[in-house]
Amino acid sequence: MSAHLQPTGSAYFIAKETELAETHTLSVLVDNEPGVLARVIGLFSGRGYNIESLTVSETEHEAHLSRITIVTRGTPHVLDQIKNQLERLVPVHRVVDLTVRAASLGHDRPIERELALVKVQGSGEHRVEALRLADAFRASVIDANIEHFVFEITGKPSKIEQFIAIMKPLGLIEVCRTGIAAMNRGPQGM
Amino acid sequence: MSGTENQMTGAEIVLQALKDNGVEHIFGYPGGAVLPIYDEIFQQEEIEHILVRHEQGAGHMAEGYARSTGKVGVMLVTSGPGATNAVTPLQDALMDSIPLVCISGQVPTALIGSDAFQECDTVGITRPCTKHNWLVKDVNDLARIIHEAFRVAQSGRPGPVVVDIPKDIQFATGTYTPPSAVPTQKSYQPKTQGDLKKIEEAVELMKGARQPIIYSGGGVINSGPQASHLLRELVELTGFPITSTLMGLGAYPASGKNWLGMLGMHGTYEANMAMHDCDVMVCIGARFDDRITGRLNAFSPNSKKIHIDIDPSSINKNVRVDVPILGDVGTVLEDMVRLWRAASKSADKARLSDWWETIAKWRARNSLAYTPNDEVIMPQYAIQRLYELSKDRDTYITTEVGQHQMWAAQFFGFEQPNRWMTSGGLGTMGYGFPAAIGVQVAHPKSLVIDIAGDASIQMCIQEMSCAVQYGLPVKIFILNNQYMGMVRQWQQLLHGNRLSHSYTEAMPDFVKLAEAYGGVGIRCDKPSELDEAIRQMIDTPQPVIFDCRVANLANCFPMIPSGKAHNEMLLPDEATDEAVANAIDAKGRQLV
Repeated sequence: MSAHLQPTGSAYFIAKETELAETHTLSVLVDNEPGVLARVIGLFSGRGYNIESLTVSETEHEAHLSRITIVTRGTPHVLDQIKNQLERLVPVHRVVDLTVRAASLGHDRPIERELALVKVQGSGEHRVEALRLADAFRASVIDANIEHFVFEITGKPSKIEQFIAIMKPLGLIEVCRTGIAAMNRGPQGM
Repeated sequence: MSGTENQMTGAEIVLQALKDNGVEHIFGYPGGAVLPIYDEIFQQEEIEHILVRHEQGAGHMAEGYARSTGKVGVMLVTSGPGATNAVTPLQDALMDSIPLVCISGQVPTALIGSDAFQECDTVGITRPCTKHNWLVKDVNDLARIIHEAFRVAQSGRPGPVVVDIPKDIQFATGTYTPPSAVPTQKSYQPKTQGDLKKIEEAVELMKGARQPIIYSGGGVINSGPQASHLLRELVELTGFPITSTLMGLGAYPASGKNWLGMLGMHGTYEANMAMHDCDVMVCIGARFDDRITGRLNAFSPNSKKIHIDIDPSSINKNVRVDVPILGDVGTVLEDMVRLWRAASKSADKARLSDWWETIAKWRARNSLAYTPNDEVIMPQYAIQRLYELSKDRDTYITTEVGQHQMWAAQFFGFEQPNRWMTSGGLGTMGYGFPAAIGVQVAHPKSLVIDIAGDASIQMCIQEMSCAVQYGLPVKIFILNNQYMGMVRQWQQLLHGNRLSHSYTEAMPDFVKLAEAYGGVGIRCDKPSELDEAIRQMIDTPQPVIFDCRVANLANCFPMIPSGKAHNEMLLPDEATDEAVANAIDAKGRQLV
């Protein structure tokens, strides 16, 4: 579009992208029917879009509706395309770009939270330090014996990143993250 | 509604649902996983089944049938290879927005996932090449799903859908629900009415235009005959020049005085120049495809662009537009024509006179000119003669893909919509012949001609057997130059004239081939004998293969070489060997 195009010597024109990529969080309301997640992620891989985080669960059991939260990265033009392509899928009810909505509401960004389970093994000083830091991050211990802890932590992705980073030298064994759940601030729904 | 009268087997439900959706013909090929449905077909007479020779043929036949009637085309295939062979026509229909319902058999539910005989993940494989697809797991859902499949296929932007039915579901007994009793899926409710404010804005822009152009596409054809009628009315009212994409030919008549011919890579000089220099562009049911736009950053640089499309993802995809109007072409045009008429003082046509003068100069360039030849048949001449000798008849044209397709688009004049069936988006060699069979099934008394190339025709030639079996007098008109002409043309342009594998050294004798299948073969290699041979072809009441031997090395011009803009076309009289070799610079050539 605004990209500078060069002759490629092929049957196609290949564009050099000049717009800057942005990270946006999308909420997608879908019928919870077989294959719906495959349709969504197939669309992303088939059209060369990025998925940085993906969370999905049925949110309205009686109506069989699931809410998919996708964090994606692309130029504004590609982000528009992603939204339009998603809306074209038959079981998709609605797509909201939470990042755009947040900006229109005067917010910096939507509320984004993630949950992680973090297993740390150690003894002595390391063990004490891990527990002390977990407390500072408001992570709770959900399993432990004399050699390990499993912490549960929720928060912004950046907080979780930070927690994992400081657990690394203290005996980090494994991490499991849910991906981002998100919605906008204020009284309105999506 | 309850009781036993609505209890049927799955196979019975399939046939009942097809009848209730107005289906009269289906194209298919039997196999293990669809035998219960074939057993039902055998026991009824309302729906006629056409036995194809390859599932790809079934799909293209259903496409030709759909495109020429405006109805949904239906194909029936078995599991595994039946379904995978259907993939090419499904993707073809997706790209050209053709309504298609493909019913496929599947291994019994209990065997799914066990790598059973002739099993494949049909819904997985066809997910990206359909508008939507379903795997039926409960016989009581079957009727609803088939009705919904027809609704999805033909509403909004039309497209192909697949209903995959395991064999045990075909045998099981369940309740049949008629279409009227089925609730539609709430998440899919396409919007057809355009935003009136946007349409007013568009009309305002159009009234002020001094160098306008209408660029119409396949969406006008898909919207139905009324849309073509309204398009003609709009052109008449506004006095604007009009060009069209490959898919939109026939919506506005080629004999119309405002017609500039097709645009794009092999479009006319006047159409492409007018697109480049216009101040207001009205894009109606077209999608700014890369074959149309040429170099994007030089595409119509000084125009305000209005875009009418039913698919929101088509708007602002390749080209940023100023006035997007989301809706069905027919509905939007109705509003647009009404608003134009209502405008107290519609802009006078005199303000366009300078523009029309400029266009007349471009027209005078005669960009479709070619050098006539008394010794060998020029391919362009062959199309012109075919047109002249068939234009007073009830004629439908299909094509394969390549040079012959572009020549057909350039030299055959289409006066009506739904008369021109070609594979535009996917560019499927092998499309034209089965598509022609589908058209002939829908219009048994009409003259149906597949304009073919010698390479393309061999990709679905087996359907000769189908045409002969059903007495479908389809005419295959092969422009035989012994080359994959378009491949060769690109090799000449881009690859130093190294003609790697684009020459067919062993060509079948097409006359004998036609006879072997039980059809009629005609060969012609002299311009002086061409008319008589074409007449003979038209008068033959059987399927005909016409082997028209044309100049081997003719190329398709005008052409926008890659990396060039609309106003940098290569015209036929400039296309010397040297110009062709240098049309794309060395830097470009290395980049492929």
